[in-house]
Amino acid sequence: MASSNHPSDSLATPPSNVLEFQQPQHRTRSSDEGYITLAHGSGGRATHNLITDIFLETFRSDALNALDDSARLDLALFMARGDRLAFTTDSFVVDPLFFPGGDIGSLAINGTVNDLAVTGAQPLYLSCGFILEEGTPIALLRRIAQSMKLAADTARVKVVAGDTKVVPRGKGDQIYINTAGVGVARSNQVPGPRYLQPGDAILLSGPMGDHGTAILLARGDLALEADITSDCQPLHDLAAALCEACPTVRAMRDATRGGVAAVLNEFAQTSRVSMVIEEAALPVRPPVAAACEVLGLDPLHMANEGLLVAVVPGEFAARALMAMQMLPEGREACLVGHVTKADPPVVILQTRFGSERIIEWPMGDPLPRIC
Amino acid sequence: MCLAVPGQVVAIVDGDQQLATVDLSGVRRSVSLACLVTPDRPIEQWVGRWVVVHAGFALEELDVAAATETLTWIDRLTTPA
Amino acid sequence: MKFVTEFRDPASVAGWVREIAHLAQRLDRPVALMEVCGGQTHTIFKHGLEALLPETVELIHGPGCPVCIMPRGRIDDAIALAEQPGMIFATFGDALRVPGARGSLMQAKARGADVRVVYSPLDALTLAQTHPDRPVVFFGLGFETTAPAVAMTILAAARAQQANFSVFCNHVLVVPALEFLLQASGLRLDGFIGPGHVSAVIGTDPYQAVVDRYQKPVVVGGFEPIDLLQSIWMLLLQLVEGRCAVENQYHRLVKPEGNSPALAALAQVFTVREQFEWRGLGSLPRSGLAIAPAFAAFDAEQRYCLPSQASEDSPVCQCGLILQGKLKPWECSAFGRGCTPDHPLGACMVSSEGACAAYYKYGHGGPRSPMAAPRRFAEASARPPLQSELAR
Ligand code: SF4
Repeated sequence: MASSNHPSDSLATPPSNVLEFQQPQHRTRSSDEGYITLAHGSGGRATHNLITDIFLETFRSDALNALDDSARLDLALFMARGDRLAFTTDSFVVDPLFFPGGDIGSLAINGTVNDLAVTGAQPLYLSCGFILEEGTPIALLRRIAQSMKLAADTARVKVVAGDTKVVPRGKGDQIYINTAGVGVARSNQVPGPRYLQPGDAILLSGPMGDHGTAILLARGDLALEADITSDCQPLHDLAAALCEACPTVRAMRDATRGGVAAVLNEFAQTSRVSMVIEEAALPVRPPVAAACEVLGLDPLHMANEGLLVAVVPGEFAARALMAMQMLPEGREACLVGHVTKADPPVVILQTRFGSERIIEWPMGDPLPRIC
Repeated sequence: MCLAVPGQVVAIVDGDQQLATVDLSGVRRSVSLACLVTPDRPIEQWVGRWVVVHAGFALEELDVAAATETLTWIDRLTTPA
Repeated sequence: MKFVTEFRDPASVAGWVREIAHLAQRLDRPVALMEVCGGQTHTIFKHGLEALLPETVELIHGPGCPVCIMPRGRIDDAIALAEQPGMIFATFGDALRVPGARGSLMQAKARGADVRVVYSPLDALTLAQTHPDRPVVFFGLGFETTAPAVAMTILAAARAQQANFSVFCNHVLVVPALEFLLQASGLRLDGFIGPGHVSAVIGTDPYQAVVDRYQKPVVVGGFEPIDLLQSIWMLLLQLVEGRCAVENQYHRLVKPEGNSPALAALAQVFTVREQFEWRGLGSLPRSGLAIAPAFAAFDAEQRYCLPSQASEDSPVCQCGLILQGKLKPWECSAFGRGCTPDHPLGACMVSSEGACAAYYKYGHGGPRSPMAAPRRFAEASARPPLQSELAR
């Protein structure tokens, strides 16, 4: 999409080699590729082969190909896009590694892309570090690297630096990934949660709880089946569209662990305001709602991996919503509540019946209950 | 205490173990009908029926007519304003 | 969700709220009603039902949370079991964060114990079948609703001769707890909402003796907003008409005689303990279940040596009074200060269904956040339009 958010996309859009890696010409990726051994982390030939075979082969970026100790990126390309460098890092551990709607690879790319996006930045470059457990099938690593490549292409970011370490069997859980990312933002575009004001509107980009519920079910130990897919997706186009539609976007967050409840509580605490949301307006897909009823969980507390919570001045709510709904990832965007001044700063849910209750911070991971 | 949710028995998984698949509004699970199956009501007769599930067991049959009665009761109350 | 959503219909809820207000007016005196079951407490808080009731109708939140009433010593025993060599300790998620004297099961897991969360006791039996070389203990807890599931699982284990499987039994009974509350001096309760899912198993008949003896009405109620409002209305109607009976609001599930296969399994697998300790209430006679001698092979208490040490709750804790409706959570000096859901001092703060935890969590009343509803509604009228309104 050639929107003005991505001027001269030579940098952000890599030459499309998506097809190329989906249909490899020269290598059969069978499961008999072998397993990660401690030698792969030794820095010797095995390490070199692993890096060239999997990472260089998959990611295909010039900076990575140079095999230098750090990527050197042209500053002019940054400065053409804004006056602030956005820089973030995040680590990813997930069980299971593959789940409906994604895997640890797409999660690692989208997670960092979204951390950049919600500060109003255009994500540009990522690094990725792998901690591999001895004995992990190399085919698995390849599959995950390919998923990362696909996610990076979709998000129009490049992986320009990487690292792998191997830990002895039993000291890790197959694969952990860290990604760091840089992007460019303009100062004051998204002032942040300290600047919320009474009258502001609270928007959600889609239904809540898809990722957390999908993961809980994918683990299999609850033996529940449902058509629930993780919402793992990049949000930077959505964030950019929002910033373009609204002269001011007060704050954005992707509601990951702790769900929407954690984000709203954080906003309330930081800005010393109350967040009032309406139960009837909260979007939840029916199977997610059903799974939460069965397990005694609250969709407000469930994790998401592609859900944007945005606060905009009330007068821009309609415009912001329209802009979000134009994009596929914001098709189901809706207005769920508003900011009020209040003491103490809490999140209040107005029930369907006109009564109110407080939405607390979630306590740890959601645990299924029978009581 | 005692979170239990309504669902519909959709298939028998294992007649000997009295296990059946129950559809809980789109969430499916293998559930024991051990508290429901009796000699006069063998497991085959439960397919299609509504039950309430707690901790992997169907606790009791849900009487659909009684549910409707509960829901429409308010319409029959006419308190003078 | 079918048979759930319909019971949350706002128009119908508004109708019942109106009917309750009419009855409360006719009654013309304050009444205190107790919902026995923690699940009902949960619904009341989740949907803010208390705020919809007339001021003269007060709800007292009962002792019906099997996790809350578990004495700390039993949690310590569970941890000791989980830390047996090779052990797989399976539990419902509810019990994981409950603290004993030596921390919680979650902390034991962090120290290396193999603690697994299961949805059904049958899943614990499956664990025993897939790990035949390791002992598997299931943490059996809950009222009569959950006990049949565990009884049926023990029967299945016996049929399969699953020698590495056993149950740490902590099941408790509702009626003895009700009787305890009714015997307590100075009780101010005008009626009970009976626990619907327990009653699906035991039926409504067991409440008759209680009603006859103590002359307090019992309405067995369901768990959705309309169920609870109807139950309150039915109790008020009894009070208005000067009646005192056992009635059944939850008749879509509950039969007077209960569920006979479930009751038969309970009778076969369990015996009633002479005494069982309830956190917050003390030791109550004939209020807990133990595994019957015929199934001793599946009784973890007999198979393993347990510390079984009583450990007292904090002396500042007022749970007993709160459960009897004599004190409101925020009137306890520790509420929200020394005692929070992260660091509970007493039973009522332990699980999210405990009265103190529910008040803390949902901030209803108390020092944390009085519900300043009028002001909020005034502001709401000045709020930006909702999506549904924008669509027009
Ligand atoms: S607030 Fe804590 S200490 Fe006080 S009564 Fe409740 S549980 Fe006990």
